Amino acid sequence: MVPLSYYLVLSAILFGCGVAGFLIKRNIITIFLSIELMLNGVNLSFVAFAAQLKSLDGHIFVFFVMVVAAAEAAVGLAIIISVFRTRETLNVDRVNLLKL
Amino acid sequence: MIPAVDYIRILPELVLSIFGIIVMMVDPVLPEQGSKKPLGIVALVGTLAALAATAYQTGFYGEAFYHMVRVDTFSVFFHVVVLMIALVVILASYDYLDVQSIRAGGEYYALILFGTVGMMLMSSAIELVLIFIALEISSISTYILAGMRRRAAESAEASLKYFLLGSFATAFFLYGVAMIYGATGTTNIYNIANYLHTQQSTLAYLAVGLMFVGLGFKVASAPFHVWTPDVYEGSPAPVVALMSTGPKAAAFAVLLRVLFATGAPGWFWMVWVSAVLSMTLGNIGALVQQNVKRLLAYSSIAHAGYLLVAFAAGRQVGISAAMFYAASYAAMNVGAFAVVSHFASAGEKYVTLDDYAGLGRRSPVLAAILTIFLLSLIGIPVTGGFFAKFYVFSAALQSNLVWLTIIGVINSAIAAYYYLRIIVYMYMRDERSEAPVARIPVGLGIGLAISLVATIYLGVLPGRVLEYAIQGAQDLLK
Repeated sequence: MVPLSYYLVLSAILFGCGVAGFLIKRNIITIFLSIELMLNGVNLSFVAFAAQLKSLDGHIFVFFVMVVAAAEAAVGLAIIISVFRTRETLNVDRVNLLKL
Repeated sequence: MIPAVDYIRILPELVLSIFGIIVMMVDPVLPEQGSKKPLGIVALVGTLAALAATAYQTGFYGEAFYHMVRVDTFSVFFHVVVLMIALVVILASYDYLDVQSIRAGGEYYALILFGTVGMMLMSSAIELVLIFIALEISSISTYILAGMRRRAAESAEASLKYFLLGSFATAFFLYGVAMIYGATGTTNIYNIANYLHTQQSTLAYLAVGLMFVGLGFKVASAPFHVWTPDVYEGSPAPVVALMSTGPKAAAFAVLLRVLFATGAPGWFWMVWVSAVLSMTLGNIGALVQQNVKRLLAYSSIAHAGYLLVAFAAGRQVGISAAMFYAASYAAMNVGAFAVVSHFASAGEKYVTLDDYAGLGRRSPVLAAILTIFLLSLIGIPVTGGFFAKFYVFSAALQSNLVWLTIIGVINSAIAAYYYLRIIVYMYMRDERSEAPVARIPVGLGIGLAISLVATIYLGVLPGRVLEYAIQGAQDLLK
């Protein structure tokens, strides 16, 4: 049996890749994908813990996370389209009307 | 079998959801190019019905749906706060939508109602699964609301920034939930509390840290505050009134549950540092702003900091102070943004300090109302803001947080400068722009009256609300 820590490390790596992608990438779609990667890293943790603890809660949580991620994706892509319509770019550095 | 009383314990949420669906069903029947005011009335009735349902709920305290939600003084307190916010926001939007020619009135009101459902569930949920879903219901609704001025590029941009950073924060919160689940084997707040009461867990420290990052984004506390000014500047003003108070109050409710009800370890210094940073960065940032919406955004960051001071104080006295602060902050901030939304006029043109010059002569009533809200935000006596700050700082002193109190008081003094600057502009500067001021419409008038009465009431007779907050804090810790 593969020990729990392997899964947790992999999940942390996935989450870390997501965070890095979010911070480094400049294309809005790629940034959005990075967030999905973070969520899936979390899902892996949930499933691993659920298997370890022999409880169903973690598995159920993953279903809810996937449903919510789908809803978020629908809204997110709609927002990205509306940004593209007004700005005609998907580069975050050029979406800068509001100064940070 | 689920007993019928369980449905009473989620009655306000059910009522609001049904009215949200009614709004969406009535929308296609209305003429496409016409005003969407009838929908505003439906939303208003829905909010009032939900308030009545909340009042009815007080006779049925207890847990429901297999320990999913818990109705007690704590959750009812936040239900009322969130519903009052929604009420004022709907009233402020009543004429705003026509002025800005936003045609998507159906979506607008429905999303306000659904978002409110999410915020209410956040305060009554005691299961992390439900807390997560409620958080997402409220967040996703506000992401869309932020982009409601579809033709304005700033609005779309605000929506995008809010969405990206909000989802980023949610992922952190979720990772924290995964860790606490791994540490304790349960996702129920009170089961977690039982576990942590008897056993130590290193993983729990990590979990608390991650959840604090996630919720810190939602309440706009430093160092997770960078999105706030941009999003508030670009979003429609009544929506800012909603999202600077509603999701914030709800996220603070979740934070209270996660930090105190579970007896989680290791949050103190995190909260302490975040409180100091939020107060300082918020107030210093606000000093140099020319745009009133941005200025109020920085002020809202600072207020999140004051609230976190109460968190750092902890115990019953700190929790009740935090609850009182959330209520009085909601009253004054919603009012301030409602004034901003009216004065902004079509296309939200008039939002800089220069536009506010001479407002005291051009529209004495509007200026006087805004002045009262600003004085309350400073914390002048006879307004809610005074007692809110007073309780927070006295809670901090009771917990021997002398340095935090000193930093907080210094910050309040700095904050007075930029709030007074708006008042000086309104009364002592000659108007440079010819920004016309329309008459205050009836809907907005009622909304302003509600927040004005709430602000003054909390400043003159804070006793009953505070008693309620203390009761809520007891219920939370039970």
